Amino acid sequence: MRRYFARKLLTYFLTFFVAVTLDWGIPRLMPGDPIAGLLAKFQLQPSSYAALHSSYTKAFNLGEPLWRQYLDFWWALLHGSLGTSIYAYPDPVTTVIEHAVVFTLALLLPATILSYLAGNKVGAIAARRKVLDNTVLPFSYMLTATPYQWLALLLAFVLAGVAHVFPISGGFSYALVPTLSWAFLWSLLAHWFLPFATLFLVGFGGWAIGMRNLIIYELDADYAHFLESLGAPRRLVRKYAYKNARLPQLTGLALSLGTIVGGAVVTEIVFNYPGIGWLVLQAISSEDYFLLQGIFLFIIVGVLLANFVVDVVYLLVDPRTRIGLQGGTR
Amino acid sequence: MSTDTTTSTDTTTAPRHELVYFALRNRKLVIGLSIVGFLAIVAIVAPLFARSNPNAFVGPPMQPPSSSYLLGTTYFGQDVYSQLVNGLRQSFLVGVMGGGIAFVVATAVGFTAGYRGGAVDEVLNMLTNVLLVIPTLALLIIIGGYLKGTSIVFEAVFVGATAWPWAARAIRAQTLSLASRDFVGLARLSGVRSWRIVVGEVAPNMSSYLFLTFILLFGNAILISASYDFLGFGPPNGVSLGNMMNLAFAWNALQLHVWWWFVPPGIAIMAIVGGLYVTNVGLDEVFNPKLRSVS
Repeated sequence: MRRYFARKLLTYFLTFFVAVTLDWGIPRLMPGDPIAGLLAKFQLQPSSYAALHSSYTKAFNLGEPLWRQYLDFWWALLHGSLGTSIYAYPDPVTTVIEHAVVFTLALLLPATILSYLAGNKVGAIAARRKVLDNTVLPFSYMLTATPYQWLALLLAFVLAGVAHVFPISGGFSYALVPTLSWAFLWSLLAHWFLPFATLFLVGFGGWAIGMRNLIIYELDADYAHFLESLGAPRRLVRKYAYKNARLPQLTGLALSLGTIVGGAVVTEIVFNYPGIGWLVLQAISSEDYFLLQGIFLFIIVGVLLANFVVDVVYLLVDPRTRIGLQGGTR
Repeated sequence: MSTDTTTSTDTTTAPRHELVYFALRNRKLVIGLSIVGFLAIVAIVAPLFARSNPNAFVGPPMQPPSSSYLLGTTYFGQDVYSQLVNGLRQSFLVGVMGGGIAFVVATAVGFTAGYRGGAVDEVLNMLTNVLLVIPTLALLIIIGGYLKGTSIVFEAVFVGATAWPWAARAIRAQTLSLASRDFVGLARLSGVRSWRIVVGEVAPNMSSYLFLTFILLFGNAILISASYDFLGFGPPNGVSLGNMMNLAFAWNALQLHVWWWFVPPGIAIMAIVGGLYVTNVGLDEVFNPKLRSVS
């Protein structure tokens, strides 16, 4: 178990290191003068161009030798500084991101966890009933093949644009002042529902298919046949199959975290939901590179933490990893 | 990957005609292949017969679908049908190229790590696991800020360079288990070169698995590039399914109720990717005799 965690943590630290290096290196690796590239998109007077160019050079620390720039980047990062946002000038990038993270987490956590649980349950039930299998399966395939942004557009159009059941954009009604009142909470909930539903539905399809297929595999395994020949009730065999099928599903959850985050980004954009994804669009349109760099690191750290949580859950679910047998140490 | 080796295998013992027999009887495979095949033909043929350039302004703006504009027109008066069939072609191109590049990288890394073992395996495995955790879209965000005018080739290379890790890990695991089999040991004893063992002995024995992996990478590449274009990182003036959704959203198709602008590209992507997934499951059942009774 200690070995299992040591390996995992090593991977995560390495990933963080690589991510920070990429974050630092990509602007410097880009062909040509990165700052000229950034400034070319504004239309500036020559004098203000020169001023802006020198201030950017200073902000990116480009005057120093490369090794120095790299160390300074880490130094600033470890002190919690990611630079100043241009989009929300003069707020520091960390503050801007902190405001948005709350919204993203409120979407991602329930959507991921609930779709995972519901998908697994429904998939397991579908594996045992032919009628259900024939309806749930095609539906699930359609859901899992749907691009997040399209389902978001569709839901926004049908339920908000045409039917006016839900608000079409934003995180809360701009007519309200954020306070702890029922009206405000209700507004939050109403704006939250459609983006949540988008993330939930796409995720649900994938988990249902995965669990359904795994259970059918497991029911064909030797232990299942053996149990059956001993005269064990079918319910018991199914229960064991389900327990075994949970493990690859958990691995799948860790693998798909990146896709889920990507889905949240485009979904938030469609609904103008003021989370990280929406911030990405604002940062792109206002050429706020420090903000993009900061968002990248925030996403990486979030995905790493989520991976760690999945590892711990894996440990709780799979007894083999606990007593040091092979299994979890893939 | 045809070789003259006659090693007995798990998955391909069935003679050719038997595979074909089961393939034609498998409903999932037939449905999936028909959808993907039909769309592929549309993607190849339809742009040749589309009446207009996809970006040309052919008529009044925001016309609903009618006999003169099959799928209506955009906010700018471009023909949605013409954009759709051209976008479909782009999606297939990015899917094949991006999926293909990812497949090549994944097999190279997977075979090397699984067959060589030792320090090489440790290093490649660590690299795979690190890249596995970094979300593609996040990486795109920091690269995209600097890109001025990307091309579909760049898009395919980007997708290919980031989508391979899970496949490499799966191929490595398969290679590991095959590399310890007797027939591989025999080949090694008789002095066959490593790469010939991998190509001649290991790969053919997991050819069905490799094929399934490619199909999934193909589908993923299409989905990733759709998000990519939706964020506006696609080729400028490019016509792609993701770009159609991007423009429809940016020009308030939701508020203006121009649903025919963003509904068709989404259905097209869903049909291709869903068709590929269903084909994948159907093929799995054909290749693996154990699963046949289930369907």
